[in-house]
Amino acid sequence: MNGETISTDLVIIGAGPVGLFAVFEAGLLGLRCHLVDTLDKIGGQCAELYPDKPIYDIPAVPRCTGQELIDRLLEQIRPFEPAFHLREQAERLERAENGKWRVTTSAGTVFEAPAVAIAAGAGSFVPRRLPLPEAERFEGRSLFYAVRRSEAFHGHRIVVAGGGDSALDWVLALQPHAASIALVHRRDEFRAAPKSVERMRRLAAEGALRLIIGQIAGLEGRDGELEAVRIRTQDGREERLDCDRLLAFYGLKMELGPIANWGLALDKGQIKVDTEAFETNLPGVFAIGDICTYPGKLKLILSGFHEAALMCQKAFRYCRPNERLVFRYTTSSTDLQKKLGVI
Amino acid sequence: MPTIRVYDREGKLHELDAPVGWSVMEVIREAGLPIEAACGGCCACATCHVYVDPSWLGRLEPPHADETLMLDEAFQVQDNSRLSCQIKVTPELDGLTVTLAPEF
Ligand SMILES: Cc1cc2nc3c(=O)[nH]c(=O)nc-3n(C[C@H](O)[C@H](O)[C@H](O)COP(=O)(O)OP(=O)(O)OC[C@H]3O[C@@H](n4cnc5c(N)ncnc54)[C@H](O)[C@@H]3O)c2cc1C
Ligand code: FES
Repeated sequence: MNGETISTDLVIIGAGPVGLFAVFEAGLLGLRCHLVDTLDKIGGQCAELYPDKPIYDIPAVPRCTGQELIDRLLEQIRPFEPAFHLREQAERLERAENGKWRVTTSAGTVFEAPAVAIAAGAGSFVPRRLPLPEAERFEGRSLFYAVRRSEAFHGHRIVVAGGGDSALDWVLALQPHAASIALVHRRDEFRAAPKSVERMRRLAAEGALRLIIGQIAGLEGRDGELEAVRIRTQDGREERLDCDRLLAFYGLKMELGPIANWGLALDKGQIKVDTEAFETNLPGVFAIGDICTYPGKLKLILSGFHEAALMCQKAFRYCRPNERLVFRYTTSSTDLQKKLGVI
Repeated sequence: MPTIRVYDREGKLHELDAPVGWSVMEVIREAGLPIEAACGGCCACATCHVYVDPSWLGRLEPPHADETLMLDEAFQVQDNSRLSCQIKVTPELDGLTVTLAPEF
């Protein structure tokens, strides 16, 4: 899209805790990093799945929440000025003519770097699909899991399924422009912001939208065009509701996604690495954190931190083939302290 | 040790040893049955959804509010739907029978 290629030392795919700590370890070695993440926020599982839950097994941090851990990591890596590219999925990984690795994202951003660190956890967070056999025929034509352009829904007979903020926000945003709109949720309680719930209920009372307590049981239509959804209501009846657009919001799940097609050696959806440098079968491409596997692997944040540190040593050799690396402590090295901006 | 009876998605019955103190999800996962349990039992994913045999429903601790909220993100939820990571194995649950909900 932007047509410009970003040259850097290390491209990190995934801005979870492990990708973030890799910025720190790379930074100490003088390497610049760009991070890509499909989410609209930084922090991977910690920020998306359990921001308020406490973690007790980070060394020397007896207790912190998922979000606190991410905030502290961000503070720790700030001196290294990492560049974040959020809401972009890394789609392709290939060798460029100049021997570097080229990473292309869903937004068309292109990176070139001598080293790539895949810190993709259990994969990208993607919307859950409607688990009905006929759903596939309608997906992308009349059944959607996200709204790209809201105008595409104007004038339609819309059904929205779900009880969280996404479902409520879109019901309220689309209601004024829809030919008709219905909200389907399995029970008469909503997880969404109380303000939105209140507005939705007011519109339902005025007859401006239909609220149906039940679950989607089937889809009808032809050639990808929906004609109706079947809804199983709480008392076990089935109701047929005419519509031509269905928006289903059933939360997010993690999926390996495009990484599966990059020629990496995989084992049950995880990337095989050596335990010396956490390098994959592609030289210069590393995998760290939950996404990597090796004998004895534990999916813990602390293991990911260790993997990040060792990986950066080898990445340095790809990025600075003519330089020698000396081992130093942050406590005593003025060079490292300068990089950290503390002296 | 209590036994938990699990019907898989093909309808095959598995009788599993269930250490007291484990969650039902852990018993199912450690036996190698296909349960995603993406969040590892934190009540944050709804991918450990099971149907509890109706005769057992009344003998389980009722779900917490967290679990009910999370079930909103599951599919084909029924009155006997539970998140198996939220059911702790106790000696009284010997014979508990559940069915794996459809994958999603
Ligand atoms: C509820 C819960 C509680 C937990 N409690 C603990 C605990 O107490 N202690 C502990 O050590 N661990 C705990 N964990 C596990 C811990 O969260 C993970 O080990 C950790 O998040 C792994 O970090 P990561 O950076 O490898 O991956 P993740 O945190 O999974 O981040 C990966 C990121 O990569 C992105 N991504 C993937 N593919 C692409 C792509 N192609 N393009 C762009 N972006 C992509 C994803 O969107 C995601 O944001 C817990 C996990 C859960 C779910
Ligand atoms: S394992 Fe995620 S909710 Fe039970």
